[in-house]
Amino acid sequence: MINNQSIAEEIVRKFGDDVFDFEEPFGMLTFSTTREQIIPMLDCLNKHSEYKISFLTDITGVHYPDNSGQEFCVVYHVHSFIHNFRARIKVFLAEADLHIPTASELYASANWMERETFDFFGIIFDGHPNLKRILNMDEMDYYPMRKQYPLEDATREDKIDALFGR
Amino acid sequence: METLIAPQNKGNLTKDEKIQYVNELTTLNLGPTHPATHGIFQNVLTMDGENIIAAEQTVGYIHRAFEKIAERRPFYQITTLTDRMNYCSSPINNMGWHMTVEKLLGVEIPKRAQYIRVIMMELARIADHIVCNGILGVDTGAFTGFLYIYEQREVIYEIYEQMCGARLTTNMGRVGGMERDLSKESIQKINQFLKTFPPVLREFEKLFNRNRIFMDRTIDVGGISAERAMNYGFTGPNLRAAGVDYDVRVMSPYSSYEDFEFDIPIGQNGDTYDRYMVRNEEMWQSLRIIEQALKNLPEGPYYADAPQYYLPPKQEVYRSMEALIYHFKIVMGEIDAPVGEVYHTVEGGNGELGFYLISDGGRSPYRLHFRRPCFIYYQAYPEMCVGSTISDAILTMSSLNVIAGELDA
Repeated sequence: MINNQSIAEEIVRKFGDDVFDFEEPFGMLTFSTTREQIIPMLDCLNKHSEYKISFLTDITGVHYPDNSGQEFCVVYHVHSFIHNFRARIKVFLAEADLHIPTASELYASANWMERETFDFFGIIFDGHPNLKRILNMDEMDYYPMRKQYPLEDATREDKIDALFGR
Repeated sequence: METLIAPQNKGNLTKDEKIQYVNELTTLNLGPTHPATHGIFQNVLTMDGENIIAAEQTVGYIHRAFEKIAERRPFYQITTLTDRMNYCSSPINNMGWHMTVEKLLGVEIPKRAQYIRVIMMELARIADHIVCNGILGVDTGAFTGFLYIYEQREVIYEIYEQMCGARLTTNMGRVGGMERDLSKESIQKINQFLKTFPPVLREFEKLFNRNRIFMDRTIDVGGISAERAMNYGFTGPNLRAAGVDYDVRVMSPYSSYEDFEFDIPIGQNGDTYDRYMVRNEEMWQSLRIIEQALKNLPEGPYYADAPQYYLPPKQEVYRSMEALIYHFKIVMGEIDAPVGEVYHTVEGGNGELGFYLISDGGRSPYRLHFRRPCFIYYQAYPEMCVGSTISDAILTMSSLNVIAGELDA
């Protein structure tokens, strides 16, 4: 039976203490794991004989500046076409040690998704073939989606405040 | 193909070594502004004569930081951002966003509003495929097909204008339903469209489907196998052309799609011709859905009974105290969303368009991420065009329906 409960039990059986924080917001199985286990986890779900969770829907990042030690979260959404089952896997990372192995060997789609996450948050994906900025300018020296940066670029010198009503 | 490689090295050179030896490679900048690219993105092609050896892509010329802007705006103001992603089929993006918020808020939409949404989304899908297939014809040099089918897009624009006031970036609908009911003129226009579009589409198909030149230029061009396509995160018509029948409308039906009967066309080889045929057939299926929706349009309200999220009617605002307060709170953005995280997906013109919304209880999202199909499948472009000629590469890019707004967001 492919449902949240049975898959969660199977994952706990296989990974033990390395998976935690199981929840089901709006019906989607969500759990967290460590960065050492994320690639084995994705691989296990992919190669499992029954589950066939073989589609990586999305990789993105979230910044929680108030959780010290767990400021950044990389979120993977996976999907099984055959059983119509979706799951969300989160990996929390500390700001001081912002590395996580790349999923681009397993899934070719992870390539640009990880580049985008790097571009916005500065999360380094170890082993990525081409980890450089993708949507922002190459010369940008900060990671714009982090919460400490305001919406407007404070480092611009060319906007005259008087003309913008400031 | 004559490459200037020393004979003793011909067999087992890597790509970089080849380039060191060969001194006749051209670098072509299929630059950000180019009549053949559908939007602003760049491809730097390394070519040997006409054959492509390597392709390097630069995207991000139209990056407008939607995800950052969305963190500052109340939910109903984010709809205008979603318009501008896949701007050829904006209603689908709008409705997808509204459905995401409704899922978070737990608002139930009445059937009439759901059917109206389906009609608008299917019209948007037809509009998107008109652009893709018409422009594919233009890229092969055939302008006539594009000219006649594009007029139908004008008819669709008029229907949008009746519904929401705008033609391209529609900002259609609201969280909790639609902003106005389908007027009599809209229904007339939709019926007119259902009568005049089929002959035009048939004419368009007659021009291209069995056209010797078109078939020669598009069959076995830019193909990708189903396994590679799934690995690259393809969804939508491109994946269906490769043979995988994945359609979000069928897999996880939303907005009453389960009430309608329609087929999912799939291709075999995943090449340009298959993508063209799948999109054509999808237009026929969309027409079927619109017919069914219009015929079975249920009576009832066109918005949900959720006064704290949906603006009350103006007559009520001028008369009743509660409506005035709700109106004030909604417009001033003082309505807080519940805490939660939701991922909702709709079948966009290009595939699975996903919205990942994390709300921390404020009036704007804490984090909003758009899963944009174009961005994810455009990565496969080098694999699809390396080894072919430049004319094939242009057609592959056309048939992938890469829309720059969705690429960058």
